[in-house]
Amino acid sequence: MNALLVVLGAAVGAPLRYAVAHLLDDRWPTGTLLVNAVGAGLFGLFAALSLGDQGWALLGTGFCGAFTTFSSFAVQAVDRPARAAAAYVVATTLLAVGGCALGWVLGSSL
Amino acid sequence: MGRSPARGHPHQPGRVSAPRLRGTDLLLVAAGGAAGALLRYAVDSASPHGLFPWPTLAINVVGAFVLGVLPALDVVRRSRRVATALGPGALGGFTTVSAWAGQVRELAGDGHVAVAGAYLALTLAAGLGAAAAGRRISHRPEPEAALG
Repeated sequence: MNALLVVLGAAVGAPLRYAVAHLLDDRWPTGTLLVNAVGAGLFGLFAALSLGDQGWALLGTGFCGAFTTFSSFAVQAVDRPARAAAAYVVATTLLAVGGCALGWVLGSSL
Repeated sequence: MGRSPARGHPHQPGRVSAPRLRGTDLLLVAAGGAAGALLRYAVDSASPHGLFPWPTLAINVVGAFVLGVLPALDVVRRSRRVATALGPGALGGFTTVSAWAGQVRELAGDGHVAVAGAYLALTLAAGLGAAAAGRRISHRPEPEAALG
């Protein structure tokens, strides 16, 4: 049952990421940076809400897990010149961890 | 959103290229992403869980390497659909920034600040290293091509 919910969440999250990246990624990967920051924020929010096993499988592991992507982030970074790569890595790390902490704080206060 | 003409419209200034978003690509990414996420869930469920999130680290490092090396595969070079299903689809769904950030936050929040820092740094170092290694393999010219 939980595996099915992971599949369901990912089948929504992955194409949504693809669409945002397709529309916004350009010379600077704005779309991928945005999905990784927003997805990490939602992950923190959902974690704070204590959704239960099934809700977490659908929204945390499935949706947020597939909405965000580490592989594209890593390849986009190494495909760029050193300075742009460093800026992209720092921005993704700060926005993802910061976004997740913000989501957690928001969710904990609900 | 307005419909843009399918073909022959002038490039927008500053855009490298902006082909239309296709429904079939979204379906391929959904299917690939679901398979990748299921594999991530299976790896994570089958792994013993300690303080340090090794399963997610391994998933992200392996996924970054495979995405880097993907263009070296004949089937990926021949078919844009296979490339879409495997790249942003399967590997996008397999790897995850949200769980990585969530684990860093949780470790730091529980007082394991040094472990959180080590996990954050190790994921970046190993993940970027793996992506670069994969890229080196996929950028290497084919012997036949090099010989003409």
